[in-house]
Amino acid sequence: MARMKFLCDAERCIECNACSVACKNEHEVPWGMVRRRVLTVNDGEEGQERSLSIACMHCTDAPCIAVCPVECIYQNDYGIVLHDKDLCIGCGYCFYACPFGAPQFPQQSNFGSRGKMDKCTFCAGGPEEPGSEAELRKYGRNRIAEGKLPLCAEMCSTRSLLAGDGDQLSEIYRERVQRRGYGSGAWGWETAYYGPRTGS
Amino acid sequence: MLMKRTSSVTRPLTGTKTRRLAAPVASIGTIDRRTFLKGSGMAVAGLAALGTFAPTRVRKAPAQEPAPTGAIEERKTVCPYCAVGCSIIAEVQNGVWIGQEPAFASPINMGTHCAKGAAAREVALGERRLKYPMKLEDGQWRRLSWSEAVEEVGDRLLAIREREGPEAVYWLGSAKFSNEQAYLMRKFAAFWGTNNVDHQARICHSTTVAGVANTFGYGAMTNSFNDIHNSKAIFLLGGNPAEAHPISMLHLLHAKEQGAHFIVVDPRYTRTAAHATEYVRIRPSTDIAFLWGVLWHILRNGWEDQDYIASRVYGFDEIRAEVENYPPDVVENITGVAPDQVERVARIMAENRPGTLVWCMGLTQSTKGHANTRAASIFQLALGNIGVSGGGTNIFRGHDNVQGATDLGLDSSTLPAYYGLSQGAWQHWARVWDVDYEWLKSRFTSQELMETTGMPVSRWFDGVLESVENLDQPTQLRGMVFWGHAVNSQTRQADAKRALEQLDTLLIIDPHPTLAAVLGERRDGVYLLPSSYTMEIAGSVTNSQRAVQWRERVIEPIFESKSDYEITYLLARKFGFADELFNQITVENDQPLPEDLLREINRGTWTIGYTGQSPERLKRHMEHQDKFDTTTCLGMSAPVEGEYYGLPWPCWGTPELGHPGTPLLYDASKAVSEGGLPFRARWGVEYEGDNLLAEGSAPPDSEISDGYPEITLAMLSKFGWNGEFRPQEALAMMAIAAESYEPSLLELSDEEAEDRLRQLLEEQDLRLSPEQRRSTAPGADGSSLQEQAITSYQTNRPPIAENPQKEESDDSQSGDTQQQTEDGFGEMEFGGGNDSEEEAPLNENPFTEALLRINWKTDLSGGIQRVAIAHGLAPFGNGKARAVAWNFPDPVPIHREPLYTTRRDLLPEYQTYEDRRDYRLPILYRTIQQRDFSQDFPLILTSGRLVEHEGGGDSTRSNKWLAEFQPRMFAEINPSDAAAAGIEAGAELWLHTPEGSRVRVPALITNRVGRGTVFMPFHYGGWFQGEDISGRYPAGTVPYVVGEAANNATTYGYDAVTLMQEAKATLCRIEPA
Repeated sequence: MARMKFLCDAERCIECNACSVACKNEHEVPWGMVRRRVLTVNDGEEGQERSLSIACMHCTDAPCIAVCPVECIYQNDYGIVLHDKDLCIGCGYCFYACPFGAPQFPQQSNFGSRGKMDKCTFCAGGPEEPGSEAELRKYGRNRIAEGKLPLCAEMCSTRSLLAGDGDQLSEIYRERVQRRGYGSGAWGWETAYYGPRTGS
Repeated sequence: MLMKRTSSVTRPLTGTKTRRLAAPVASIGTIDRRTFLKGSGMAVAGLAALGTFAPTRVRKAPAQEPAPTGAIEERKTVCPYCAVGCSIIAEVQNGVWIGQEPAFASPINMGTHCAKGAAAREVALGERRLKYPMKLEDGQWRRLSWSEAVEEVGDRLLAIREREGPEAVYWLGSAKFSNEQAYLMRKFAAFWGTNNVDHQARICHSTTVAGVANTFGYGAMTNSFNDIHNSKAIFLLGGNPAEAHPISMLHLLHAKEQGAHFIVVDPRYTRTAAHATEYVRIRPSTDIAFLWGVLWHILRNGWEDQDYIASRVYGFDEIRAEVENYPPDVVENITGVAPDQVERVARIMAENRPGTLVWCMGLTQSTKGHANTRAASIFQLALGNIGVSGGGTNIFRGHDNVQGATDLGLDSSTLPAYYGLSQGAWQHWARVWDVDYEWLKSRFTSQELMETTGMPVSRWFDGVLESVENLDQPTQLRGMVFWGHAVNSQTRQADAKRALEQLDTLLIIDPHPTLAAVLGERRDGVYLLPSSYTMEIAGSVTNSQRAVQWRERVIEPIFESKSDYEITYLLARKFGFADELFNQITVENDQPLPEDLLREINRGTWTIGYTGQSPERLKRHMEHQDKFDTTTCLGMSAPVEGEYYGLPWPCWGTPELGHPGTPLLYDASKAVSEGGLPFRARWGVEYEGDNLLAEGSAPPDSEISDGYPEITLAMLSKFGWNGEFRPQEALAMMAIAAESYEPSLLELSDEEAEDRLRQLLEEQDLRLSPEQRRSTAPGADGSSLQEQAITSYQTNRPPIAENPQKEESDDSQSGDTQQQTEDGFGEMEFGGGNDSEEEAPLNENPFTEALLRINWKTDLSGGIQRVAIAHGLAPFGNGKARAVAWNFPDPVPIHREPLYTTRRDLLPEYQTYEDRRDYRLPILYRTIQQRDFSQDFPLILTSGRLVEHEGGGDSTRSNKWLAEFQPRMFAEINPSDAAAAGIEAGAELWLHTPEGSRVRVPALITNRVGRGTVFMPFHYGGWFQGEDISGRYPAGTVPYVVGEAANNATTYGYDAVTLMQEAKATLCRIEPA
């Protein structure tokens, strides 16, 4: 069975923010909550600047799942990490555990609840009935149920961000690097999915 | 690891074909997509939030309760932002736009978007849009009905016209218009009676159009985004496509990954430069010195393409002589680029052909922009890179339809299709419009003003502020119409603010109130009419690569907004010329039909071949996008087989001719009928004894294997090809000559046309002199076709651009329209014509003379183009590209310092131009440069783009999905400059400029800008020199993000040919705030 992953080719990302905005559009993510963002390192430094698109990577051994005190985060058969907002208590542990800063919270406070955690669903909704109004309201649209892939990757301006079956992604990336002869790496891939071998 | 509930969310996945990254996979029996929208209110959150008006007034947006069974339809439009021209697929249910899907089939974007394209649907939520007509009364915004608004503002504008003449109102249009609307508004302004009409091209690529047209013949991007796949070197000069044209990077990076070198020349280490293989940091406004520095190595080493230059370039020896003046040490001194890097760039470009040269506003927005673009064009000629796949001057245009709006003459210097403003041009368009030329003339104050270039948008406020003695028109501007144009995209905002305050009437027609509504401190006389986005109308749009795409309407205009077509109709009706304006256009419920407008465009735009792109052909291309090759853009299977995507202009002849469009300009390796072209023979056959026609070079299938002038009826007659015309074609030409043309003649059947033709010939035959009969008879005097062509051209010479427009000049028909401006400087000189040539008076008979002068541009039947192409000839002739533009201030480009410069040591050697007058205004150069500001203002100020925003940002800053990602104005400052000024990261600073303006912005301290350079993005507005003025917007319409406009600080400076504003190089001083 397919194992869904994200891959961001830092040699191609131009920080255009299409992915972030496509996500906002598809899921009507409210102002202040950002499920996907583009980070730039060494901003403005000649020869060193790189950008990459970051969201929940749907890690193989997801630390958020391990730390969630109410066990509201889970992984489906495609390896997509989802969560149940009805159970979430907004403690923020997942945020601290996540190597990618993916979990988002609607409220900021030092004490008490931050509201229900929100993050990238790989456009796969949540535990509600696929396509239901409840799913839409809590998690956004469910493209996976429609046989489509996440909109961020489908709209990526330079095909830097890829989403889909992990084996195929690593094959595409491998071919790409081989053909062009350079590649600074699919950043985050190892952290999320373990090891340099880019398969599942 | 806890796994739970997986079964409840697992659905059969067809998406395992992820290889193609999700070519849309049919959902297999899962759910009817988004039927759950019913009643959810999610897609319509924006509408629900309005509340400031009664729901009964909401037109056609009953989104709160979509019917449960509404099917989801897909509609295809084209992105409203930049000129790459990405297709957008919109999902619409019950008239509500509920989602976007990737447009994988589009050969241009192949499913991708940048932030702006991905946010397109937000405009259909439109919380911050202008929702109904309003006016400012006693300092308060008041709601009006449409009829009240049109009546009131119409009366005010008519009163100005009555009192001070038509020239007192400025009609500022938009690069956001469809082709149809751009054309319609130019026509509208003509019917109002003024040439004071313009749009954004003036301040983005006018200098490109002027420079490139005066070198190759047409002023447009030569190749296509897709064709860059074939480039072995990409030379990007003054452009930042990663932010300004992100989807072009899909193609650029493809080339790079295939091994192309990617050279980026820019004062900033841009997000594009981050992907360069060679980054060159250059001092702002020194591009010519840099290009000549690179060319110096190429010529010294003999790396130029000598055969190409000999056969296809005029005047190259003068370039050689000038380039000698730019040896490495001089170039380093001027540009700051190290000699070894200049040499490396030369070597890369020489060794990696074909190479493409891409430029944007870094090159164009300059007092010498026209010369910059010429230097770049000449550079490519030297390498033989023009007219070849993978080469070209690929000029990325800015707005989605800035190419189309330029082509369709929404411009103060020309009528549609670059016909100019001469009497012949007006007569041509009067015929196309089926109106009486004398009536048109009566709309103007005088024939002189009718044929004189109007004021440019870059200086509309000078038309308000200058005393009338300083203007070359009888009145100041008293009424100003902003129709889809941001005020803060113009430099010198402090002057714009004063002008806004002095106007009698300010009318803003826009989906947003725009900054223009609030910049001036007015209490009344401001009217706002809500227009629609292009997603809310149908129409065609021309992208940067000249491909024309058809937009379906996605949704009806939301709230009370109306389409631009309808607003034009309502205003024209109010002004009393709607019947004339729409005499060939179907109007239903006040809605003019865009297809009819395009057909009218097709019937008149022969110069640039917008004649073959009928609505039917364009719609077919949109429907069959998947059948085009993504590198060549060639249709690979029926029904679009053999045609190029979007029928890139010139698409010669009538739609019935089936010309495939021209994917690469000046590509002489293909027959003209297959989209090939030589250079345009635009400037006659010789200049000062030198041959201007191509030598030994012609497209395949050409029956003249050498250069030839532009095609006239006289020439075809001389060849004996005049028997090949169809009756309708012959009739139309005869009727034009007899001044009895009417569009219905083209609709006649063969028999009817032959009857009419006989009739007309009988009327005219007596007036044919025997000598004349001979010259129209098939010629067989033993001379070659080329000789015959030149002879007939010279004896029946059609005028070449004796009209006053600056950008590109195509004259119409009669030869007696030569025109001079009062000071005799500028006008014709920039038209491109060798107008000093004496007209040979050959026919006493005006009919035959008129007939023989009919040419490929003025023949309304398309017969001349058809017959020429059938014989393999390019309608515009086969000439040489001009390395020397004798009509320009600098026939060979030379480096000149900007008006405000820190490098006083380079003066007077590289000083600017003399002061002059043009476009009805005085223009200062040396007067400004003479004064030394460099002590008080030691830093260079430059400006540019951000990916999330566009233009003045009225639209993108009101789009919540975009605004959130780029919420704050800033100034980029080099760490050493910041330290010297005592400014900390993120701290507010004051930035002062020499004309007394200042702006308050936060500091972004970065090595992205070099030492001595400050950069500001130009998309913000809503602050004026430290003061937040956003409270002046009508309630509920203030953009999500406001900030100081960069142009609150920018200074004087205009291009010497087009009056492009200087936005890239001025001076400033920074202080902690």
